[in-house]
Amino acid sequence: MLSPRYHREIPQRYRLEAGKCTGCGKIHFPPRSVCKECGGRAFEMEKLPSKGKVLTCTTVEIPPAEFDDQKPYVNAIVELENGVRLTCMVAEAPPDEVDVGTEVELVFRRLRCGREWEVLQYGYKAVVV
Amino acid sequence: MREVAVIGTGMTKFGELWDSPLRDLYAEAVADCLKDAGVKRDQIQSAWIGCMTSGLFNGQEHLASILTDYAGLSGIAATRVESACASGGAAFRAGWLEVASGASDFVLAGGVEKMNDGADATYCLSTAADQEYEVYHGVTFPGLYAMIAKAHMHKHGTTREDLAAVAVKNHKHGARNPRAQFPTEITMDTVLNAVTVSTPLGLFDCSPVSDGAATVLLAPVEVAEDLGRPYVTVKGSGHATDSIALHDRSDLASIPVVKKAAEKAYAMAGVGPKDIDVVEVHDCFTIAELVCLEELGFFEPGQAAAATKAGTTALGGDLPVNTSGGLKSKGHPVGATGIAQIIEIVEQLTGRAEGRQVEGAKIGLAQNMGGSGGSSTVHILEVS
Amino acid sequence: MHGIVGWGSYVPRFRIKVEDIAGQWGADAAAFKRGLLLEEKTVPGLDEDTITISVAAARYAIARAGIDPKDIGCCYIGSESHPYAVKPSGTVVIDAIGAGPDCHVADFEFACKAGAEAMYVAYSHVKSGEMKYGLGIGADTSQGAPGDALEYTASAGGSAFIMGADNVAAEIVHTYSFTSDTPDFWRREGEFYPRHAGRFTGDPAYFHHVGSATNGILERSGMKPEDFRFAVFHMPNGKFPLRAGKKAGFTREQMEQGWVVNLMGNTYSGSSPTGLASCLDVAKPGDNILVTSFGSGAGSDSFIIRCTDRVTEIQDKAPKVRDQLAKGRIHLDYGKYVAYRGKIRMNQL
Repeated sequence: MLSPRYHREIPQRYRLEAGKCTGCGKIHFPPRSVCKECGGRAFEMEKLPSKGKVLTCTTVEIPPAEFDDQKPYVNAIVELENGVRLTCMVAEAPPDEVDVGTEVELVFRRLRCGREWEVLQYGYKAVVV
Repeated sequence: MREVAVIGTGMTKFGELWDSPLRDLYAEAVADCLKDAGVKRDQIQSAWIGCMTSGLFNGQEHLASILTDYAGLSGIAATRVESACASGGAAFRAGWLEVASGASDFVLAGGVEKMNDGADATYCLSTAADQEYEVYHGVTFPGLYAMIAKAHMHKHGTTREDLAAVAVKNHKHGARNPRAQFPTEITMDTVLNAVTVSTPLGLFDCSPVSDGAATVLLAPVEVAEDLGRPYVTVKGSGHATDSIALHDRSDLASIPVVKKAAEKAYAMAGVGPKDIDVVEVHDCFTIAELVCLEELGFFEPGQAAAATKAGTTALGGDLPVNTSGGLKSKGHPVGATGIAQIIEIVEQLTGRAEGRQVEGAKIGLAQNMGGSGGSSTVHILEVS
Repeated sequence: MHGIVGWGSYVPRFRIKVEDIAGQWGADAAAFKRGLLLEEKTVPGLDEDTITISVAAARYAIARAGIDPKDIGCCYIGSESHPYAVKPSGTVVIDAIGAGPDCHVADFEFACKAGAEAMYVAYSHVKSGEMKYGLGIGADTSQGAPGDALEYTASAGGSAFIMGADNVAAEIVHTYSFTSDTPDFWRREGEFYPRHAGRFTGDPAYFHHVGSATNGILERSGMKPEDFRFAVFHMPNGKFPLRAGKKAGFTREQMEQGWVVNLMGNTYSGSSPTGLASCLDVAKPGDNILVTSFGSGAGSDSFIIRCTDRVTEIQDKAPKVRDQLAKGRIHLDYGKYVAYRGKIRMNQL
């Protein structure tokens, strides 16, 4: 992971900052420069709620090399309390404890280490509530 | 716009082709295609080449120039087309547009991927998903389709066996295709007992990592007529895009981009699902075949599984699907897949699908998909 | 009045039992449990490190303090397992909790004392009027060499304390530090595991510094052991703090609530701060707490802390230490444990 790309996404990854279109009220996560719904270009920052539920999930047993040390791991699409959806890992819980409808909370974790000389990469994961 | 015909086809065997470099794969497909069409290489004016990620798989960009050079076509206009796994379908559409517009008369539409060259295929393919908001979190392609499968199971009651039935059927078809990577029949037990890749999908729910190239030659129908043999024409072409992040789509048990592309193709061709005799769909994973058949309008949402189990989509059924073996058995060299699907339909419509011929097929449909449904092309072909 | 306006602790869910470590090395588990007074220790998840533990603890502290993170004027993290050799842990933490950029940030290292040090400096800034709130954190994902006695204790967790002048839940009444150059435990740059000087780590190092700091602060404050409801001493194992406390005149009852080591292990920079947090979790207004940290090398920081009426109002606003130690534990076997701790040499990417 290269520093410029990593640094740019910090508000979203660390603090779940989304962009709310001042024109139509649509909340975009990650924030966008042009509203998908109305084409508006003015946004205000909206912090996402940290709680939500799993819409669908899978246990990845054959990951890309960079995630090999974490296998098997659960990926899920989570719908947060305000309806915004995102994809993340579900940490800690045995895979069979995660299913459609499982209630989760987003927490701050180290998502991957990359190569030894690269910056460490942090962001959100879900844990079962 | 002019009516466009497919006047020649060429394709390598698909598989782990350790001795064939990327450039030779394309050159072989072109040579076979020109031979099939009976057209000389100096007649070719332009080439569109679908390829997803030669940069990652082979460290090679600037692809169209090197490939056409090695195919003996140096000097022509040549452009690489990328739309992830729908690169081939998108290249076909670009070639069709060039001939239809009247700009050129002899245009190659091809695709190639050399996936077995030492790179981490899972990583390379994952670049077709949202890097920052999916892949960053460990998402893989089997994982994305597994999440679609999970949602489909939850919404429609689809079962693990329903998914497996798709693989069994496609391997049965592929066993009759000499160019298939895995031309062997398999049993339901093989699929169900295979190593898990990403729950609920196992190894036999996934298309393989493949090398291969395919190309077709497009020309105006007047030229095709002069060749004096059966040919197919492009009746409809649909292409659509959607968010590449799966989580941005409202119904996770569907792949709406396929429906959007299909609507455009059906409207242009003036036909509907009931008029189609033979279909190639993008079964990169078993669940994808079921969802795509539903999105294409052949079955109601949640009904494709029952039709598959009833044999409707098998050779000899009412709607044979993936007679080539599909991506599952034939192989899935990503950029080549969309063109290989077209070739299967051309062979079926012209009566050249030896050993797996759908008798009397007049109209066929080929659907090619990018990513987890971030793009799709649908082409409807009819025999002259 | 200056002191703690909010505190928070985070303990990972993973554990390994003394039996599983002893079993790996053919050691006598019962003897180790008796000798160390330890049942099990915490293990960080594959995705946890000093930074993530600090963020979790700081978020809980902010929840208890009920403050705007933007008002935090400094963030100090004490740890001997900062993930980077060069690049601060604290910058990640302030951006994750929404503090900064108007914030002074530094990472501290002083073996197991670095957390108390971070608290001390944050408190001093607030007391001097430099800033409204200061954040001091002690967190570690401690390493002990395979087969070494440290492997039974070196664990993961941490605690965060927001210091301030308004809405103080626990006033810091006195501080005192006692420090000398005593090479009992160290790790040189580039080494993976720390080294220790065996029994020299006891009397000349731990007991001398902990005892001197404790006696020193009691003397300076004019307070006696019986004036305290709780007393916390750095917990390298179960035995040392009990012995040090007894020697200073404290009873087992006074030490029990903060003695979390038997279930948590030694969280190094997070050890005595987490013991303190455990006491704050249940303290009543007016309760006095004595805390003495210890860092090899060596030194001790002592604090005398007096709880205000506010302490009981905010106890339930974040998870408590003993609840985290009791609930949701996932026990790892030794093989999983060494993988989680990065002790297996994997292929390079």
